[in-house]
Amino acid sequence: MIEVQQVSRYFGEVAAAKDISFTVEKGEIVGFLGPNAAGKTTTMRILTTFLPATSGTAKVAGFDVHEESMQVRKRIGYLPESPPLYHDMRVRDYLDFVAKIKGVAPVDRKKSVTEVMGKVAIDNVSNRVIKHLSKGYKQRVGIAQALVHNPDVLILDEPTVGLDPTQIIEVRELIKSLAGDHTIILSTHILPEVSMTCERVIIINKGVVVAKDTTAGLTSKYAGAKRLSLVVDAPFEKVEAKVLELAGVDHVEKGNSGSELTTVLIDSSKTEDIRPELANLVFKERWPLYELKSEDVSLEDVFLQLTTQEEEDAS
Amino acid sequence: MRNFLAIYKRETRSYFNSPIAYVVIGLFMILAGIFFYLIISNFVQMCMRVDMMAQQYRTAPQKMNVNLMAIRPIMHNLSLFALFFLPLVTMRLYSDEKKTGTIELLMTSPVTNWQAILGKFAAASTLFLVMLGGTFIYILFIFIYGNPEFWPIMTGYLGLLLIGLSYLSFGLFFSTLTDNQIIAAVSTFVFILVFWAIGWVAGIVSPSLGQVLTNFSLIEHFDDFAKGVLDTKHIIYYLSFVFMGLFLSFVSIESARWRGR
Repeated sequence: MIEVQQVSRYFGEVAAAKDISFTVEKGEIVGFLGPNAAGKTTTMRILTTFLPATSGTAKVAGFDVHEESMQVRKRIGYLPESPPLYHDMRVRDYLDFVAKIKGVAPVDRKKSVTEVMGKVAIDNVSNRVIKHLSKGYKQRVGIAQALVHNPDVLILDEPTVGLDPTQIIEVRELIKSLAGDHTIILSTHILPEVSMTCERVIIINKGVVVAKDTTAGLTSKYAGAKRLSLVVDAPFEKVEAKVLELAGVDHVEKGNSGSELTTVLIDSSKTEDIRPELANLVFKERWPLYELKSEDVSLEDVFLQLTTQEEEDAS
Repeated sequence: MRNFLAIYKRETRSYFNSPIAYVVIGLFMILAGIFFYLIISNFVQMCMRVDMMAQQYRTAPQKMNVNLMAIRPIMHNLSLFALFFLPLVTMRLYSDEKKTGTIELLMTSPVTNWQAILGKFAAASTLFLVMLGGTFIYILFIFIYGNPEFWPIMTGYLGLLLIGLSYLSFGLFFSTLTDNQIIAAVSTFVFILVFWAIGWVAGIVSPSLGQVLTNFSLIEHFDDFAKGVLDTKHIIYYLSFVFMGLFLSFVSIESARWRGR
């Protein structure tokens, strides 16, 4: 549905996006993850034809975003970072206007507008002037605007920003329910959002795609280290010294136990499992053992690893 | 065409749903009314003086031409007031879209830039037509109490319409350049004022350059209309001015897209 090949965008000398390539299949939800100013918005703007790419090609629904931009525009719904609302209009009039310029046939327009207002639950404010709405409602009108012409592709730039927790959950549910009929790309810098709503993730940092995979795939593949948590009744310094002597241990740090006991977090290289040796050590030293478990590396860790690695390379 | 109409309707409603249209129309009418009163009372006084002189010297009273002596200065006044008001009408057309981010909606919808530009321009022109239409009430008074010629007045209004469209087209252009409405309005005002007064320099530069500058001047081309003379060269001048403004708007929007602003 979406094919992006080697797309770059420069602003003067600065590259906002560099050689970005990815594909999105029909009906997928793909999360665009990255810190602020990573190039998420630039990439989305290129896909929506708002911004031309400096080089590379992007196709949406088989149409080139540059050559056949009008065809692309008919097939996308786009929610920019700040919802594009005409504040002096009433919700229903605004959506009617959007439906009109998006090319919804006059006979279907009223129905489309009413339907979409039901979908995002704004029918109770349909006659209110947009500037008087709360932020959450404005955001929903923004989503309704992207949906009103029932587009094949939805591009949502930080759709949950500025909403309260209940609204965030509602919007996520809404987005999930839209998958299947629509192909969705959403950007965010909130990690749980990606693991909760998206099937696949594209992590982008400093204009470059640093990883793309399924959410599960990413965590296992990019978890460069295994982390163990050990809870014993012994002084930390002593445990640290002994554990560091073991082969394969990279890093040891004190964890938060909240009791008299000592919690030790141990990072080891991925290839070998040090649990048996660790158990041996504990037994040999006669430390009273309370807990030994391996902790899953979360998407958050992967994200931090991927986005900070770059910085280290650069410096 | 449908897109043009959609944008035209939205912009027109946005004018008339907000106080902008009423404040601009109202103040324009008040200002025009004050000057109409001054010019007409001046004209009436002059007529009375001429009559008295005629009685004194026992000659036939001189004919006074209301078209030339009252309506022509009124037309000139209106063209000046339009210069003050129209930048306020156009300043928000694109600036506001840029500021609130609705430009992203407009430019990712299947609407061409020309459809958007012409829709907005037509909406601003509609507001201007209402402003002009309002002043026609004053002209009716002249018809009630005097006997002016009708067609020269219509020529005058055609001139006003053309000069106003010229202001509007460049107002639209300046609003594509910035997301700040005040900057858009002020630069439009200064730009038009320069083109308005450019002919006045003609006296102090070389005659050939002076001739060129006079031909560029917005107001030089207006005088014939105000007198009731219809000349295609003036119509073509204004239409090219309008086209230039619209074309620059188009170029400005396209280039902003490439620059990413």
